[in-house]
Amino acid sequence: MALVNTIHGEMDVSLLEKREGSLDNETETTTWVEYWLDGELVHRSVNMALKRSVIGTPVAASLA
Amino acid sequence: MANTQAMCTSFKVDLFNAVHAFNGTGVPAHTVATADTFKAALYLASATINAATTVYSATGEVSGSGYTAGGVTVTFGTAPSSTSTTAFITPSASIVYTSVTLSTAFDCVFIYNSTQSNKAVSVHTFGSQTITAGTFTLTMPTNDSTNALLRLA
Repeated sequence: MALVNTIHGEMDVSLLEKREGSLDNETETTTWVEYWLDGELVHRSVNMALKRSVIGTPVAASLA
Repeated sequence: MANTQAMCTSFKVDLFNAVHAFNGTGVPAHTVATADTFKAALYLASATINAATTVYSATGEVSGSGYTAGGVTVTFGTAPSSTSTTAFITPSASIVYTSVTLSTAFDCVFIYNSTQSNKAVSVHTFGSQTITAGTFTLTMPTNDSTNALLRLA
């Protein structure tokens, strides 16, 4: 019996409707999983891989 | 041979390590070889966190079950490095918010130095998310000169 944490406490996943999705763009690769009970969202987790770095560009100015 | 104008790559790495102090005013004294503690806080899509942000603030930060104001500690287990002329560093572990409910959309993680008066490091934005009795995991990019989370190119 697999359990998942929900807003109602731990529940057997066999009692829930599972929905999954993903997104892949220039910013991130994201996957999510949701569990629903009678039309109510009771669990949603997200795993996101960030793609964009934060880049600083130091400059040594010319003296000429 | 010829001379080439440049900012030395070793200096870029030194910036990550707080080696140089050009002015004694307001400069923290790193007199011991101990890394600072860095944290990651999440911000609502309605917040204003950007390059002008100087310190951590709870204004606009997410709130909800399981989330502690100020966020979670970020692990920098790998020393800053360089390849060619780019210095870089990336957290060595994912940033994870476990068993939280964040019902209002958030789209930003703010990394700051909690040891040095919560001073700002970086802002990273992404598509808006909510979490319901679940876990939000930010997986880090490869720690190299083209993908690292923080780079001085």
